[in-house]
Amino acid sequence: MAVELSPAEVQHVARLARLALSVEESEAVAGQLSAILDHVEAVRALDLEGVPATSHPLELVNVLRDDVERPCLDRADVLGGAPAVEDGRFAVPRILGEAP
Amino acid sequence: MSAPVGPSGASGIGAVELAARVRAGEVLAADVAEAALEQVGRRDGELHCFNTVTGDAMRLAAGAVDRLVSSGVDPGPLAGVPVAVKDNLCTRGVPTTCSSKMLEHWAPPYDATVVRKLAAAGALVVGKTNLDEFAMGSSTENSAFGPTRNPWDTSRVPGGSSGGSAAAVAAGFAPLALGSDTGGSIRQPAALCGVVGIKPTYGLVSRYGLVAFASSLDQVGPFAATVGEAALLLEVIAGHDEMDSTSLDRPVDGLLAATGMGVGGLRVGVVTDFLAGASGDCAAAVRSAAEVLAGAGAAVEEVALPELLHGLSAYYLIAPAEASSNLARYDGVRYGLRVDGDDVEQMNARTRAEGFGPEVRRRIMLGTYVLSAGYYDAYYAQAQRVRTLVARAFARAYERFDVLLAPTTPSVAFPLGAKTADPLEMYLADLFTIPSNLAGHPAMSVPFALDAQGLPVGVQVLAPALGEMAMLRAGSVVEAGAMPGARGPVPAGREAAR
Repeated sequence: MAVELSPAEVQHVARLARLALSVEESEAVAGQLSAILDHVEAVRALDLEGVPATSHPLELVNVLRDDVERPCLDRADVLGGAPAVEDGRFAVPRILGEAP
Repeated sequence: MSAPVGPSGASGIGAVELAARVRAGEVLAADVAEAALEQVGRRDGELHCFNTVTGDAMRLAAGAVDRLVSSGVDPGPLAGVPVAVKDNLCTRGVPTTCSSKMLEHWAPPYDATVVRKLAAAGALVVGKTNLDEFAMGSSTENSAFGPTRNPWDTSRVPGGSSGGSAAAVAAGFAPLALGSDTGGSIRQPAALCGVVGIKPTYGLVSRYGLVAFASSLDQVGPFAATVGEAALLLEVIAGHDEMDSTSLDRPVDGLLAATGMGVGGLRVGVVTDFLAGASGDCAAAVRSAAEVLAGAGAAVEEVALPELLHGLSAYYLIAPAEASSNLARYDGVRYGLRVDGDDVEQMNARTRAEGFGPEVRRRIMLGTYVLSAGYYDAYYAQAQRVRTLVARAFARAYERFDVLLAPTTPSVAFPLGAKTADPLEMYLADLFTIPSNLAGHPAMSVPFALDAQGLPVGVQVLAPALGEMAMLRAGSVVEAGAMPGARGPVPAGREAAR
């Protein structure tokens, strides 16, 4: 069964992924994703009823450490990698409306 | 420059011998550094193995090593050995770009654990090597800063994603390099560049400071010209790290010693399903390597494991899903690039569209799609069940065998541009390497032969979790039986002939 993604579906996924895709790229991506999903149809068709999922190669349980104080990264060093900084914090465009 | 201080096997001595001479005070690390930097300066303009060369830091490190030696202190097992580091491993104060415009100007505030371990062992970091953007690709053509070229034939790709590291060793720029392997990103370029590449057991090496791609699959590992040198580097970087809660708390001694143990009594399974999917040269190399192992005392048999071939499809659902989550952090707020917008969401979306290249955008889209409401069970959950299928097939095989033998890649190095138009065609380059990542197992590529065009062919040795000793035993016997001239560094004069 061929998988066909519509441009509207691609735009929806792009919104979820926070990617501003142009109309042309949406169309190109729709074709490419459809081809990739077509290729994986074979594994969708496998009967894996009762086979458990593996999310991780190790049998790990939660790893806890003692709650002790220790040095962390220097604030100025960390902020030095950010594109915009104000008063020792990451700066972003306004997220709340103007006060009336 | 005098031959004995050459940075690589090109001058006849590898990392093991070089470190021994530096520790003994017979060779100055400062001279080794200058020789390596001279080579890189002269030839990397054409090859583009490096995004950043850290010459000043390398000279400082070399001076420190020489001072330790002269004051009678042992600088460590990699004393004075140049190492190239993939540009997705964090280096404090040195750009760590992941070959992406997103991080082009970002320098991390800390060192990856493996980078700290290199320094503590006396190694000299040459610089940061080129990769497919965020390690997504199989040719290093997805780098935002241009492709790396294969030192064996500069019209061909070095493989990827760790193509810069593999090519740096093949070119003789450094005897050792670090890469990361999520679906074959160490082994596939190792095979295409005629060098040794190891993907260790998941959790054997700390990933603290490795920029995350697919967290249930990513692992850091070594490149070298020979199995022994790769084992030495693996010994240095392996071990538990409290900064990576997925790292295993197991002893990792004896890896280098294992390379001299031979394969007497070792049970080797040749994976027939992979032979059928490989080119004539790649399949013939595996059969020939199997004969070498049998001749050295191993018990060799064929084994059919058809489930492994489903690994590729499962991988191309699981890895993009995890990537779409891991790469959500590049939002124009905390690191690197920002493209302004009217509000936060528009700023996020513009930054990500501008900062990520086409393959990364494609995988984020694919991963977001398969995790989205209504598709999760059909794609992602099904892929995780296939992952179990792959692990069970391996478990069945390892009841009868200590290691498995297979081609590393379906073909030798392909020309630049040959597969860039069709993402699926590129993904197939990882068909034989992906199953080990899905299962969390170790696997290595050993250079074994040259094809009719003189291009290197690798053979892959696979082992169960923590089976590194058996893998290295088999790997070094395969190496000893390899065709002369099949491994890097690329012989002098060969490039001139092209």
